[in-house]
Amino acid sequence: MNFWNDPLKVAAEWLTGVFTGWGMNTVAANVLVAFLGVLMLITILMVIDIFLVWIERKVVARFQDRIGPNRLGPFGLIQPFADIIKLMIKEDTTPAGADKVVYNIAPMLSMMSVLILWAVVPLAPVMLGVDLNAGVLFIIAAGSIGTLSIIMAGWSSNNKFSVIGAFRQVAVMVSFEIPMLAVLLIPTIFSGSMGMNAIIQSQDIWFIFLSPLAALIFLIAAIAELGRAPFDLAEGESELVSGYNIEYSGMKFGMFYAGELLHAFTFGGFWAIMFFGGYRFFGLEKVSPFLAIAIILFKALLGYWVIMWVKYTVMRIRIDQMLAFNWKFLTPVAFVLVMVTALMNALLRGADSWLYITGMILSNVIVAWVSLEFVRSAAKTEREKVEGPKQVVEAHH
Amino acid sequence: MEKEFNYMTGTQIIFLIVGAVTLIAALMVVTVRNLVHAALWLVATLFGVAIVYTLLNAGFLAVVQVVVYIGAIAILFIFAVMLTRRQAADTGAALNSNWWAGALMAVLTFAGLAYLLQTWSGFSKQSAAIPSGFDAIGQLGTALTSPQGYVLPFEVASVLLLAALVGAVYLAFNKK
Amino acid sequence: MNEWLYVGLFFIVGLIIPVGAIGVGWLLGPKKPNPIKQSTYECGIEPVGEGWVQFKAQYYIFALVFLVFDVETVFLFPWAVRLGQLGMFAVVEGIIFILILVAGLVYTWRKGMLEWA
Repeated sequence: MNFWNDPLKVAAEWLTGVFTGWGMNTVAANVLVAFLGVLMLITILMVIDIFLVWIERKVVARFQDRIGPNRLGPFGLIQPFADIIKLMIKEDTTPAGADKVVYNIAPMLSMMSVLILWAVVPLAPVMLGVDLNAGVLFIIAAGSIGTLSIIMAGWSSNNKFSVIGAFRQVAVMVSFEIPMLAVLLIPTIFSGSMGMNAIIQSQDIWFIFLSPLAALIFLIAAIAELGRAPFDLAEGESELVSGYNIEYSGMKFGMFYAGELLHAFTFGGFWAIMFFGGYRFFGLEKVSPFLAIAIILFKALLGYWVIMWVKYTVMRIRIDQMLAFNWKFLTPVAFVLVMVTALMNALLRGADSWLYITGMILSNVIVAWVSLEFVRSAAKTEREKVEGPKQVVEAHH
Repeated sequence: MEKEFNYMTGTQIIFLIVGAVTLIAALMVVTVRNLVHAALWLVATLFGVAIVYTLLNAGFLAVVQVVVYIGAIAILFIFAVMLTRRQAADTGAALNSNWWAGALMAVLTFAGLAYLLQTWSGFSKQSAAIPSGFDAIGQLGTALTSPQGYVLPFEVASVLLLAALVGAVYLAFNKK
Repeated sequence: MNEWLYVGLFFIVGLIIPVGAIGVGWLLGPKKPNPIKQSTYECGIEPVGEGWVQFKAQYYIFALVFLVFDVETVFLFPWAVRLGQLGMFAVVEGIIFILILVAGLVYTWRKGMLEWA
């Protein structure tokens, strides 16, 4: 067993040896080593998180035709550290009438709900994290804790804006959880497992080629779950100022902010795992586990970039539009897609792989086209209701 | 053998702590004055139950517990509390004159259940180890869909959910 | 059990990190509260009334609909896991299951409960 082939295992065995050498009992040593491993992973994540601040600011600057942070260090790379120092030395204010205990727990829960997601992320073939057999549902369960933290933050701040923001955010999150759950059924159907690693292992053909519509719905639902534009009506700067985290300052606000960025990055990672083969890339992942980690981080960054792209391109929508979009369009489409996929999967099971792929893609295209036709006709009726029947434009003026 | 023994007591210690915290949280739900706090203590109780499920090797059930009870039902409770009351705290007396009857019933029910469990032969038995590679969720899927299994309850569950939805909509619609 | 021990560790470390970060912020930051600073923020003007507003009952309706669909989809996961091995019978069964629930969605829609009015 070589360090470069399975670094975690070698390091863990070495450390366990050291601890048992100190006269520690085997079980305690194992738990301690696992604890240190988790601590290391989460520390690395927090360091990545710091650079995500820089990436986010640089990318938004480019989208808005600016340069972004460029004064501190090369390419402004020291800027995020300055941001953190500033967050740390700011006064931590608590509004009068706030529910102190709930107010303080909320930002911690918010950050935790993001960090625990990484428990199920397989980083490399030899570093599976915790390969839970209910891995897919674990994402949703962690999201539930995030939802809870937002409603706690909004309610405990004793501020009108924060309560309104929290209500909106929770409405968005719970609504879009349904299409997300529904499309998560699709990788589950393809791979026959809810475990993250099994889903990656069965992607000899990336699932995006089998079900592009599911990948799209997952992305939309993920953006809504993150509360990013166009679904950032909970923050709504122009009307709610900042939404549920309005009364938070200093590091507590920092937890919400860093949590949101890491959450976006994490969902980029899940998008890659579900539909883009996770750490797999034409067998490169077998060369070295470090290469596999680089691949999945790169794919997660790409997913994160797409989420930013959407955020800085699309306008915010109203809550009634958001709910109508989810319940009258996305949810029915997701469920129809699940039914069609299950049916096609059963019909084409014995067929050649090219026939299977073509059938799947065709069924996806048909579902997308039919649902868009429905939207078009509904939009037409709506427009006629508002504007009256379309006037025939006179030819001579 | 030494290692096995240690591991068992470790699980037991975790179970005892989690059980105690869950019970305290459950007590807080019914004694706390602020309704939102009560709802949050309820979340803690439900989360404790989820941890107990993981201790029983029922990981899927634990995750479902968090998704459904914390992610949906607790949120529904908090929404309901925030919608109905301006002052989310009750100022009336926490106990009425029948509190002793309620307490007596609770103690008797607990004693009865404990007695029944004592007489059950499986109570003192160690559970059989789960074979490695056992696909619990797959087994559940087969059981839910095979004609020899629970097809009918599976479909009836969806009708039940439909009935719940229709009932909720009907109630909300009539209030308008 | 063993794998859940690791998940438990993630929960513990996931709490330690933010507690540590907030703790450091609390140590380093100044602590000079005054009534104006602690008043709730309302765009810089004096706060009006209490920090509470009446909500639309609509939020509750959506939460109810969400609850029903949440439970339904959770039921579908074991079905999806075994779909590859099971026959057409199981597929049709799952589709009937979904259709019954979609009927509920259509009913809710027709009754106008999905309108934000």
